[in-house]
Amino acid sequence: MIKIKEAFQNKKAFIAYLMAGDPDLQACANYILTAQEAGADLIEIGIPFSDPIAEGEVIQAAAARALSAGTRLDAIFDMVESIKDKMRIPMVFMTYLNPVFVYGYDRFFARCAKLGISGIIIPDMPFEEQGEAKEPAEKHGIEIITMIAPTSEKRIADITKNAQGFVYLVSSMGVTGVRSTITTDLSSIIESIRKTASIPIAIGFGISTPEQAQHFSKQADGIIVGSAIVKLIGEHGHHAKQSLYDYIKTMKNAVMMDIIA
Amino acid sequence: MENGRFGIFGGRYIPETLMSALLELEEAYNNAKNDPAFQAELNDLLANYAGRPSLLYYAKSLTKEIGGAKIYLKREDLNHTGSHKINNVLGQALLAKRMGKTRIIAETGAGQHGVAAATAAALLCMDCEVFMGKEDTERQSLNVYRMRLLGAKVHEVTSGTMTLKDAVNETMREWTKRVEDTHYVLGSVMGPHPFPTIVRDFQTIIGKEIRAQMMKTTGRLPDAIVACVGGGSNAIGAFYDFINDKTVRLIACEAAGKGIDTQQHAATMARGSVGILHGMKSLFCQDEFGQIMPVYSISAGLDYPGIGPEHASLHQSGRAEYIPITDDEAVDAFELLSRTEGIIPAIESAHAVAHAIKLAKEMDKEKTIIICLSGRGDKDVAAIARYRGESVRD
Repeated sequence: MIKIKEAFQNKKAFIAYLMAGDPDLQACANYILTAQEAGADLIEIGIPFSDPIAEGEVIQAAAARALSAGTRLDAIFDMVESIKDKMRIPMVFMTYLNPVFVYGYDRFFARCAKLGISGIIIPDMPFEEQGEAKEPAEKHGIEIITMIAPTSEKRIADITKNAQGFVYLVSSMGVTGVRSTITTDLSSIIESIRKTASIPIAIGFGISTPEQAQHFSKQADGIIVGSAIVKLIGEHGHHAKQSLYDYIKTMKNAVMMDIIA
Repeated sequence: MENGRFGIFGGRYIPETLMSALLELEEAYNNAKNDPAFQAELNDLLANYAGRPSLLYYAKSLTKEIGGAKIYLKREDLNHTGSHKINNVLGQALLAKRMGKTRIIAETGAGQHGVAAATAAALLCMDCEVFMGKEDTERQSLNVYRMRLLGAKVHEVTSGTMTLKDAVNETMREWTKRVEDTHYVLGSVMGPHPFPTIVRDFQTIIGKEIRAQMMKTTGRLPDAIVACVGGGSNAIGAFYDFINDKTVRLIACEAAGKGIDTQQHAATMARGSVGILHGMKSLFCQDEFGQIMPVYSISAGLDYPGIGPEHASLHQSGRAEYIPITDDEAVDAFELLSRTEGIIPAIESAHAVAHAIKLAKEMDKEKTIIICLSGRGDKDVAAIARYRGESVRD
């Protein structure tokens, strides 16, 4: 298993989110490898859920496509297994609590460990509700990545106290999805996080352009792009490889500040 | 009660973005609950605006027709806006106002909660936006217009199964976008803590009135209370005051749709399993991988794949019983009550009527059953006509 911290070692991280099973599992496996080739430092693999309350329309639609194509959790595990030996960067799952809970925490995290999955992001599991999942996750060496929102102010110290992997800083209020402008002032939140913990901070939600990538990676240790990638795959289906490669390369370059906007 | 637990159920499984709003709500509610001025304002609205106390009516003709235990109807259908939903909505709207919010948002299934929310918003000069599944806007088009008439904006929800579950998803998403000036008036005893507790508290007036009215008219407690259950707010409202009175049977009727052995039902207790959705751990209709299953009921208000966490706990402890009632049984009861008593019940409430009829037959004539008649059936008349093969224009 590759450690999450390696994604942030001596560099700003570009984190790519892809929805498992969209357009199908085989294509998704190839796209994960493409993302790695193009320079992504960490991959978030979305496990589709029927009721993704933190997602905007793009990821909702991708989850619906994946589920209606019959994507099942066991098959997602098999897909990850098929690429794990080719992965040089860490992979984490991102899903909602119910699929994990119903599968069984211990069984789920044991499977993750075998697949080389390093961590998990669960948007509907705030730190107060991590109790049940924490122990089985720790037992199998899976790090639970916690989110911090613009409204988390008074909760930052509590959240970062036991934070693992990296802190997922939500850029602005609302659900996932491309935003043309993000006006939230994150500097004071970032300062508060830095004061309480020495853990990498990656900013996500709404980021899609190289300019945004550059802007936010200056403030934090990495950025996360989901909807823009999922949208691209949604548009190109089985023929997304080249545009996915080009897009991630451009974004990664922006994060590395090779281009100046 | 840590994080709002009812046994293993309940909790606060919600995105971090909403946590501060939930904590703010919990604090404001605890504060309001103990404030006599808040309670006085609410009681005044309940009495002079909503029309409480609602009647407890002895259904003599129905009782005679069935030939068994005496059947009483708790007439929540006579409340302003036509259902029990107003009890909760007035409480939450006042609370929102107290918190300095100027806008309320709400989900709705049959439209009863949406209408109640729109009404409270009109009364208290607040903005109101209601999220309703596309399928429900079609089967309850009159309520959609009613909400618009009251000044609310109605959003047609086209995601997922386009029913109540998806309306809840969409309202939660809207809330994460805008918590500063907005309160989410959740309509049932579900969702993340503190909603199941707040909504229950605002609905317990039903059971408290039943107790006082029964003691006054019969001098004793009822032998059974029967209510319909989707999320479960009218049921918990009717039951809660009697939980420690072990002689009172508490029976909730869930929607069996076309039968619990078909794929078309919403019978969470009969067919569901433990899961986590909409901020709560409870029972849900779901597949082996934790994907929520599409559910079905003739009644838009019971067409929900989950149930409030306190009900899950009452089910587990055995204190309350949960009975599936099919569309056919509910429609028969809808017609029977209309014919025998001149009272047209909401199709949701007709599920409770259907079971009470079965139960009354098995009980002595001295025994008493209360049906919580949670709403009136005007909204359902066209749909029931269609169900019987008659074409009626709304």
